[in-house]
Amino acid sequence: MTLLIGSITIGLIMALLALGIFISFRIFDFPDITAEGSFTFGAAIAASLIVAGINPVAATALAFVGGMLAGAATGFIHTRFKINPLLSGILVMTALYSVNLHVMGKSNVPLLSQNTLFTWFEDFSNNISGKDAMVNLIGWSVPARDLWTLCFCLLIIIACSLLLLWFFRTNIGTAMRATGDNDQMIRALGVNTKVMIIAGVALSNGFIALSGSMLAQFQGFADVQMGIGMMVWGLASVIIGEALISENSLGMVIAGAVVGAVLFRLLVAIALRWGMNPNDLKLITAAFVFIALVLPGIMKKTKKIKLIH
Amino acid sequence: MLELSNLYKSFNSGTINEVNALQDVSLTIEDGSFVCVLGTNGSGKSTLLNAVAGTFITDNGTIMLNGINITRLPEHKRARQIGRVFQNPFSGTAAAMSIGENLALAAKRGKKRGLSQVLSSSILRALKEKVKTLNMGLEDRLDSPIGKLSGGQRQALTLLMSSWLKPDLLLLDEHTAALDPKTAGKVIELTEQIVTEGKLTTLMVTHSMQQAVNLGDRIIMMHQGRIRYDFRGEEKKRMKVPDLLFLFDELRRKDQIDKRVAELLELEYV
Repeated sequence: MTLLIGSITIGLIMALLALGIFISFRIFDFPDITAEGSFTFGAAIAASLIVAGINPVAATALAFVGGMLAGAATGFIHTRFKINPLLSGILVMTALYSVNLHVMGKSNVPLLSQNTLFTWFEDFSNNISGKDAMVNLIGWSVPARDLWTLCFCLLIIIACSLLLLWFFRTNIGTAMRATGDNDQMIRALGVNTKVMIIAGVALSNGFIALSGSMLAQFQGFADVQMGIGMMVWGLASVIIGEALISENSLGMVIAGAVVGAVLFRLLVAIALRWGMNPNDLKLITAAFVFIALVLPGIMKKTKKIKLIH
Repeated sequence: MLELSNLYKSFNSGTINEVNALQDVSLTIEDGSFVCVLGTNGSGKSTLLNAVAGTFITDNGTIMLNGINITRLPEHKRARQIGRVFQNPFSGTAAAMSIGENLALAAKRGKKRGLSQVLSSSILRALKEKVKTLNMGLEDRLDSPIGKLSGGQRQALTLLMSSWLKPDLLLLDEHTAALDPKTAGKVIELTEQIVTEGKLTTLMVTHSMQQAVNLGDRIIMMHQGRIRYDFRGEEKKRMKVPDLLFLFDELRRKDQIDKRVAELLELEYV
């Protein structure tokens, strides 16, 4: 049960990543691989600032800002110099690897004895439920602090989702969605699509960096390698969410991405528990996304063939 | 008033595929005038429209709209003054977004977009009224994605969108070419109604001579990047489809003569 709660908590943290990927991939149709760098960038910023004694909330907020800057760089390279989106992302991602090493000073920054967001959640739990209290959850005895941590993460992700939902319904947010849908039309309506793309990719990477900074605080370290495979991970979450929710209203799609992220993390936890080799994780994730991308097309084809015969 | 003077535009210049799409085009369109542009394929009529809209920057010449020099202005900045409807019904609307959202986007054409909700109750009421004038029953379906509508319905909505805030200039780029004849007729009817009611200055590119004869107060014929004929006033009113066809034939014959003369000269002298 403790394992389950831990997995859901990580799933919720990864839901922020999924939201970021959702913005770039689904709203802007921009295959943004900057994610791999900005995820680590967020973790690196938060970890180094926390080690330097900065308030964890401020450190996490600055991680968000850092991610936005990385995304803005990608957007700028793409729109200003007309470099293909994928290549723009690869350039920034590669550059970020060095930046991350500089920010952290070494390849791994431990946070175990530091004050992070999650030690705050623990303190809160100790104050409310008593130190090391156990709670009976439908017959299972679980540590109260794990439950409180989960609740806080849930609160954060709900707040972020609502904020995004609100934003994408404002005049400027709607113009952003239209930029991804039909840039010719929205330009004819007086919107500078270049600015929209830069701002959108920045927002996306802000969320991704936020996700990275929270994961670093949760697991107690930031590592320069932790971003590898994160784009595909986020994409897998978004795809699961879309499969679950057939409706395409904005609110449901955002909720889908969040639920998809939690579900995907659970699937991974179960697979690892059943003895899957952790080294195979990325291979299987990639295969999963590949199948999810190809399957709808194949199903359509077989349907057509059936109709013909 | 739209004033084009000595516009030039060539594509792929310096290569073997060089196309001189606009050559020394000068044109003045008075306020409230409705101009139809006719021309053969590749005559430069769509290029002319796109040059005004700002899809690209022209090589030479100036474009003035209501006294403002817009020659070097990017497309999205010209949108403050210009409303557009495209040939492809899918180009003028964002398919995944709802009818309401699409219209609300148009209600802010060329204006600052802030952090207020796009579908405020006042906007919703206004756009319901607007959509009702189409008589298509779409006012009850404002929440459904615009991509589910037919090409004709989408084109009608695009017309409504481009003229919501009165534009200084309305650009119509063969906006009925992709529709079936019956729907095209309806969209043309709506076009006429919107243009007349709003007294809009309009530049319409069309391939249909019938439309050019029936609509507007001026016909311009383009050929090989140049304006070859310009009929207005009484002269325009007298124009019939056969007259236009005859002129097209003449233009084509002149082309052939050019080539034949060239061949003759070649035989004689080379």
